[in-house]
Amino acid sequence: MATTTQTAAPHWAHVRVQPNWLVRLFDWKPLLIVVCLLPAVGLLMVFLTYPLGLGIWLAFTDTTIGKSGQWVGLENFEYLMGDPQFWQAVFYSVFYTTVATVGKFGLGLWLALLLNNHVPFKTILRAIILLPWITPTVLSAIAFWWIYDPQFSIISYVFVDALGVRDTYFDFLGSAWPARWSLIAANIWRGIPFVAISLLAGLQTISPSLYEAALLDGSTAWQRFRYITFPLLLPILAIVMTFSIIFTFTDFQLVYAITRGGPVNSTHLMATLAFQRGIPGGALAEGAAIAVAMIPFLVFATLFSYFALARRKWQQGEGND
Amino acid sequence: MTDIAAKTAESAEPKATATVVPEEMAWDSRAKRVVLLYVPLACFVIILLFPFYWMAITSFKPNAELYNYKTYNPFWIAQPTLDHIKHLLFNTAYPQWIFTTMWVAVAATFLSLFSSVLAAYAIQRLRFKGSQYVGLAIYLAYLVPPSILFIPLATMVYRLGLFDTPLALILVYPTFLVPFCTWLLIGYFKSIPYELEECALIDGATRLQILWKITLPLAVPGIISAGIFSFTLSWNEFIYALAFIQSSESKTVPVAILTELVSGDVYQWGALMAGSLMGSLPVAIFYSFFVDYYVSSLTGAVKE
Repeated sequence: MATTTQTAAPHWAHVRVQPNWLVRLFDWKPLLIVVCLLPAVGLLMVFLTYPLGLGIWLAFTDTTIGKSGQWVGLENFEYLMGDPQFWQAVFYSVFYTTVATVGKFGLGLWLALLLNNHVPFKTILRAIILLPWITPTVLSAIAFWWIYDPQFSIISYVFVDALGVRDTYFDFLGSAWPARWSLIAANIWRGIPFVAISLLAGLQTISPSLYEAALLDGSTAWQRFRYITFPLLLPILAIVMTFSIIFTFTDFQLVYAITRGGPVNSTHLMATLAFQRGIPGGALAEGAAIAVAMIPFLVFATLFSYFALARRKWQQGEGND
Repeated sequence: MTDIAAKTAESAEPKATATVVPEEMAWDSRAKRVVLLYVPLACFVIILLFPFYWMAITSFKPNAELYNYKTYNPFWIAQPTLDHIKHLLFNTAYPQWIFTTMWVAVAATFLSLFSSVLAAYAIQRLRFKGSQYVGLAIYLAYLVPPSILFIPLATMVYRLGLFDTPLALILVYPTFLVPFCTWLLIGYFKSIPYELEECALIDGATRLQILWKITLPLAVPGIISAGIFSFTLSWNEFIYALAFIQSSESKTVPVAILTELVSGDVYQWGALMAGSLMGSLPVAIFYSFFVDYYVSSLTGAVKE
């Protein structure tokens, strides 16, 4: 045995072709790590980290389009503090996020629980349900705009002409509160699929034996939901909710497509207000200040949903990996 | 409730009261199932799909029917027409917009896939000091929403001389694509046994050979789902395209429909809906081919 290895080893080493210096250089681990990380980290540094810093800097200057600004300290924020339109946008952003999140998660959880039953055509059903989420938001928003049309709204047609429940057509987008609720409804419509499909994935990881044990103990359906389904769903719920809150709060497309902030600026979210002041309005610094004012809300929402919900993870004996 | 639990629930309940009125119980549980399961499910499906139905039906309706609910039933088309689609294709720059969007989405997808595959490989397989923190930082980058970044990015794009070019979008889209793809691929690489790579190392393969010949072929499903995600996200992107592009011919579909087709006080609903329908179709077709990858990666990414 020992002799064969001794004779085989030099032969094997001889066959192996010595790679050239370039190949050896790229096999050197530190360099390889740098080369592999460079495209991703470089792109993110240049187009994400730098603009984030630049945005915060812009918020403290008086930059407009075509004029590089001077440092003005807190002037932009002081101006915004006294601007009722800004406060209205803050109010509507918080209101929109709260109501839409509650709606999305309530209905999404319900849909997930329904889909978790044994139903025919489950795969097709799941695919159909994801459609609102994958189609471009602006395009489905335009469809909602048409559904909310003051004269030719199909919902008005159904309620007034077909069912005869109402005498007048709905005025969906004509005045402040109806417009606000209409936008929230469209946002919930768009958000349900993602929540439902993610929570469905969470539901399917819950072991059936837990339900069997609970059934043997004589539990009611509500008790099974409250003490088994819900606690085991919390970790996924926390992640999905963090994402949902962040992207609902900073939503832009839906409002811009349907109302552009109108009527009379009543449906401006902070993002649409920042856009309107910054790009068409030309006041880049003011737009940046409004965008920067979103950051504390986002940090708070993230920390809240993460710590309020996700800290339970260790209680279930799971690692943090 | 899971299937097994549901079955046990169904079989357990009649047993408890089997001595009293079994037929009635069986009927009762079936009625209950219809009321509690099928009716709400049908409502959900109808509400989730109705806007698409409405979009489709509007784009084939002639204008006479479109604005006359008294004589025509709005839920159906009496005389379908292709006028709106013809108008879009021949009187507007719609084909050009589709082409621009396609080019931007494909290029941004390839750019982000290339960088995220390498980054995910470095973080998950080359295991260096602090690799976890790099992974965490890339993940956190996903939480920075475009609404905060578009104003400083617009000034940057302007100074780089990229304003009004699709190249600006191709370079900016990876900011939200790379974090997501990297995150997804790290999870996917984790599921590939490390022993395979060790064997190749012992056989004298270089790290790059391992990546190219062993890890990548095994990671194809993960790369495909990351690609689908990137393509749909780039296709759907709106705020950057709205802020960076001004000239009509280099606009992407979502922006162009909203800014070019909506003109004046009279909205051409037929053309708008036809444009939205055709703008959604590429994503929907793409998605229907890969729906299994899509659902599994979506749910997998959430589980991670």
